[in-house]
Amino acid sequence: MTKLCQWLLGLALLGSAWAALTLTPQGLCLPAPYREVLLPLPIYLLVAFGCYSLATVGYRLATFNDCEEAAAELRGDIAAARADLRRRGLRA
Amino acid sequence: MAASDADKFSVLLPTYNERENLPLVVWLLARTFRESGTDFEIVIIDDGSPDGTREVAEQLEKLYGPERIVTRGFTSVLFSSGTAYIHGMKHATGNFIIIMDADLSHHVSLYSIKQKEGNFDIVSGTRYKGNGGVYGWDLKRKLISRGANFITQVLLRPGASDLTGSFRLYRKEVLQKLMEKCVSKGYVFQMEMIVRARQLGYTVGEVPISFVDRVYGESKLGGNEIVSFLKGLLTLFATT
Repeated sequence: MTKLCQWLLGLALLGSAWAALTLTPQGLCLPAPYREVLLPLPIYLLVAFGCYSLATVGYRLATFNDCEEAAAELRGDIAAARADLRRRGLRA
Repeated sequence: MAASDADKFSVLLPTYNERENLPLVVWLLARTFRESGTDFEIVIIDDGSPDGTREVAEQLEKLYGPERIVTRGFTSVLFSSGTAYIHGMKHATGNFIIIMDADLSHHVSLYSIKQKEGNFDIVSGTRYKGNGGVYGWDLKRKLISRGANFITQVLLRPGASDLTGSFRLYRKEVLQKLMEKCVSKGYVFQMEMIVRARQLGYTVGEVPISFVDRVYGESKLGGNEIVSFLKGLLTLFATT
């Protein structure tokens, strides 16, 4: 099953469960307070996911390593490589 | 099997206008392999570069010997990364294949190439974990990178932290199997390889790499790249 199918299946299952519990008049005999919570649940989850995404990306952005030593080491290597290759007769 | 003394590593280097970088990459690779005492060869697949990359490759072959540098099999038809690798593999004699960009983005001496090969079928370089990272990236580029990676993780759950970096080590049979199955072009092809590898049950290990921004030339990351990335991602989402 492709990822798309997995998502569609998951959404269909959760969606129909939610609809059955909150949208039908009898609501499977669920007491009123439960229905009040369940009704806006999809929106809440969406917003919560949005906040999680922002926080995660923000955190990862802040902790993205800058490789100063690697760049310096590379510059040194390049100089050594060029000198050695020139010595060995490479005409670039 | 973990890497042993009988192993040989074939590095596939697709090149396009890498006349200045190519000798440096080859020199760094040769040094790294010699220091670790590993058997190796470097297969240079040039895409008909107009800047004389091919001549430089042939000089390197004379310098290092034809067992170490393989420059047979040039074509001058413009091809994408995928076909370059297929082409390169035909001439590779090692039992492990390393794929990396020939543009000095991957700081070769940082990886002890053999070290992380703890029996993995694939070892992938990651910029996002451990002491992996980047150099010379501004905030916007980092944000786009992290954002794109986040979306990729949510949609594809690939089991690897960095799908678009291109430093990878594969067992030869694994790479051959994956090449048959993967159909994307360009760097989406790299992403597809990892996703399919997980589906086929191959093990993927990770190694932190430092992506030092191109010392020569410019990197491309414009609006076009972003759009084509999203298209590729959604295609993978719908087809894998």
